[in-house]
Amino acid sequence: MTNDNKPAQPTDLMFGDDELERRLAQTWRTPAGVWGALTTVDHKIIGRRYIVTAFVFLALGGLLALAMRLQLAQPEARFIGPDRYNQIFTMHGSNMMFLFAVPVMEAMAVYLVPLMVGTRNIAFPRLNAFSYWIYLAGGLLLWISFALDTAPDVGWFAYVPLSGPQYGAGKRADLWAQMITFTEVAALAVAVEIVVTVFKQRAPGMSLDRIPLFVWSMLVTAFLVIMAMPAIMLASSTLILDRLVGTHFYNPAEGGDALLWQHLFWFFGHPEVYIIFLPAVGMVSTIIATFSRRPVFGYLPLVMALIATGILAFGLWVHHMFVVGLPKLGESFFTASSMAIAIPAGIQIFCWLATLWGGQPVLKTPMLFVLGFIVTFVIGGLTGVMVASVPFDTQVHDTYFVVAHFHYVLVGGAVFPLLGAIYYWFPKISGRMMSETLGRWAFALIFAGFNLTFFPMHILGLEGMPRRIYTYQPEMPWAGMNMFVSFSALILSLGFLVFFVDVIRSTRSGQIAGENPWGASTLEWATSSPPPCFNFRRIPVVGARDPLWSQPDELTVAGGLRTDRRELIVSSVVEAQPEASESSPRNSIWPLLAALATTVMLIWSIFSPWAVIWGSIPIGITLTGWFWPKQTPEDES
Amino acid sequence: MKAGAAVVLFVSAILIAGCNGAQSALNAEGAAAVQLKHLIIGIVVVCSVVWALVMVVLVLALLRARTPRESPSSESERRMGKLVTAAVAATVVIIAGLTIASFYATRGLGMSEDATLAIKVRGQQWWWQFIYDDVDPAKSFQTANEMHIPVGVDIRIELESSDVIHSFWVPSLAGKRDLIPGRQNVITIRAERPGVYRGQCAEFCGLQHSHMALFVIAENMAAYQRWAAAQRASSVSSADPEATAGKALFMRKPCAACHTIRGTEASGSTGPDLTHVGSRQTIAAGLLDNTRGSLAAWIADPQTLKPGNNMPMVPLSSDELRQLSAYMESLK
Ligand code: HEM
Ligand SMILES: [Cu+2]
Repeated sequence: MTNDNKPAQPTDLMFGDDELERRLAQTWRTPAGVWGALTTVDHKIIGRRYIVTAFVFLALGGLLALAMRLQLAQPEARFIGPDRYNQIFTMHGSNMMFLFAVPVMEAMAVYLVPLMVGTRNIAFPRLNAFSYWIYLAGGLLLWISFALDTAPDVGWFAYVPLSGPQYGAGKRADLWAQMITFTEVAALAVAVEIVVTVFKQRAPGMSLDRIPLFVWSMLVTAFLVIMAMPAIMLASSTLILDRLVGTHFYNPAEGGDALLWQHLFWFFGHPEVYIIFLPAVGMVSTIIATFSRRPVFGYLPLVMALIATGILAFGLWVHHMFVVGLPKLGESFFTASSMAIAIPAGIQIFCWLATLWGGQPVLKTPMLFVLGFIVTFVIGGLTGVMVASVPFDTQVHDTYFVVAHFHYVLVGGAVFPLLGAIYYWFPKISGRMMSETLGRWAFALIFAGFNLTFFPMHILGLEGMPRRIYTYQPEMPWAGMNMFVSFSALILSLGFLVFFVDVIRSTRSGQIAGENPWGASTLEWATSSPPPCFNFRRIPVVGARDPLWSQPDELTVAGGLRTDRRELIVSSVVEAQPEASESSPRNSIWPLLAALATTVMLIWSIFSPWAVIWGSIPIGITLTGWFWPKQTPEDES
Repeated sequence: MKAGAAVVLFVSAILIAGCNGAQSALNAEGAAAVQLKHLIIGIVVVCSVVWALVMVVLVLALLRARTPRESPSSESERRMGKLVTAAVAATVVIIAGLTIASFYATRGLGMSEDATLAIKVRGQQWWWQFIYDDVDPAKSFQTANEMHIPVGVDIRIELESSDVIHSFWVPSLAGKRDLIPGRQNVITIRAERPGVYRGQCAEFCGLQHSHMALFVIAENMAAYQRWAAAQRASSVSSADPEATAGKALFMRKPCAACHTIRGTEASGSTGPDLTHVGSRQTIAAGLLDNTRGSLAAWIADPQTLKPGNNMPMVPLSSDELRQLSAYMESLK
């Protein structure tokens, strides 16, 4: 730390609380108005924006799901034609995976991780701003193409040759591939920020074994993002090359291979599922601990299970390909590895049950969602074990059984915890509580609606209904159950409607929350709600895994950060010993401009390979502006 | 009473649908499908028990919460640790058991080396081409969307695709297997009882993926051989004047460019072989029952009945339409 500051530099040691807050606010604030909104690098503003945008995409994706259910309620319905239907399920899947589920989890981390580790901003805050803009551009690209009736129509995994130059007409598949590039660049940026924030910016004393479980889960997730990314970048670039400049990576007639696509896609696509699920594990662990009024049981096994899941996630992509005709030995290996992932999942479930067992569970809304999560996720996990068996899978692969399975893990396993997390952290983010009454209604409707909608799909699948069909014939015995499913989807949507109403209502008129309404134990609750732009008046010093429970009266704090410029504490990776104070970038318009330039280049490159060359010039200019050295003195150590 | 009648109606509707070619993994009629059904039921039962146990623990934990307790002691934590370890160990055992069961099931489903009959299946957007090759080329023939097989013997199905990926799935007989361009996959099926087994393409393959059904018609060996002999024969022209006029039209209009009718100069290969189209039960990959009316409707406007399919609308007068459908119907 900078103990030998020259007196000319004002630090937080020199002021009383009120004066300190005034000065910090002056340094860290985001100006009001449009300019402030476009230039801010405050992780809370960007995180909030990210979360809201992701939920807008959730609502849009939900509307698409309702449209599909309307069409499928009756046999041979003519409500939506095959072309639109194919766009709709592709949009629904791609939107839910790439524009909702992954971004919303990263967005929660963008907001919460810096607060939970006790720092003033995320690492690389300008990159963070850039990430949001790029994500928004990717989302708009996809939805505008849908509005123009030229959305991708090849499914969210875009198998070749259907998505290749011969069968994928127009620019639809290119739009899909480029949308992936947008969202993956955005995700990669956030992943890097999280790794660095967690490794280097933790509050003094927060050694590795004191990191909150949500932060651990995001750390593992971030590594998954970083490692899965090369595969999808390779896949989507080669697809665009095949389509745009006539290479033959995937053309069997010219020595290419259709299965290569599936390997590349699922090498990314399977970890992608855990990129969505692992943050949910962190959320559940956090909520269960708070509402059981005790530390979570088995911190170490839970961390190990997170890491084990992260590693295993890369060893089971082939279970998406059990019917392509693989050698028997390969099938056996991937059956075993897919089954094995049930073991860390089991460890997690048992530790949570033990926490409930040994605690005093209080059934507030966040906890209700967690209980709903346990009920449904265990079903999804067990159907996962079923499809991991090759012979079993040959009957249910690509049927509604699989649609049921992955909604049990995605909605039951990730969206339920996410909704619980929103109820849980909303007071921190907005300063107001959400309604407990509406919360219970939302939970009841969503839980019942979800199970009534998706459980029958298991049976439909076993009864032979394939997925991705825009209609079915009246002689098939599926009509009654499809009607029931479609009706139940309305109940489910009603539940989401109540949730959205509650969010909007509570933002305006919810009860004032106070610093720590749930009596939780982690650092984000040690500052006001919503937190000030500088997060913490003084940086806390952590002496335990549950700082607010073990040091309930007053946290010890570290001092010595300057107040006249943005400064953070940099600490060591393992022990979180403070090592240096480092300056944190100020607001800037360059990330937005760089995002715009990148957007132009990426969209242009759908139409001409030369875009990669000419389009990089504006990107170069904006990046130069971004990194132009200011006269800030070197960081002090 | 009314409700009772409704149930009876509903059940008989399902049964009738069943006769029309059930398509369900739970309605197993082939050797492989029966094994798979046992495996499915076994795994589902084990998993249901596991789920129920977890739920019991969850409910007990919540009920326990009502009795106030002192805060966690290291003694109780240690006890819980043991229980969690035991539960994880049980999970490992169950998972290992299921994995082994799955291996054995796979072994049991191994390819039959001495299949009586080999049929080549080519997936096309959006119909099925079935090729019955014979060492004697004169005895080879092909048909579409409806495959006949003899009961009680192993049939080797060779899967290929001429465009995108499709998947061959007749759930009452066996699990599915993909048809991948540039590769050949093989699957063995065997029907134990005569019957009509419906199947459907299971890998998304574009606009009309929903209307890509197929029927496997299993019959005793004698009936099968009669059928095969009839299929081998070239088409027989009917004496009916309407049909004769239809034949001439077929050759003159674009039809012959895409379809083959053996015994005539029509030898296109884009669409299904129509040599004996009149003998099939459905047209357009299961879309319509094969009647003169539906044939006429299809020829008049294939794009409305099956939007996006690869058969164009050929402008025809109503007389021409009548003649063409008469000709099609006569191709028994
Ligand atoms: C809100 C309630 C939801 C309903 C009623 C719903 C309904 C459906 C239906 C009917 C399909 C099947 C489409 C077909 O095979 O033709 C589907 C596919 C899918 N859903 Fe959902 N869904 C919902 C929420 C979600 C969520 C929250 C996610 C992800 C987090 C999600 C991810 C997917 C994916 C990845 C597919 C596969 C798309 C494809 O086949 O390419 N869904 N959904
Ligand atoms: Cu197909």
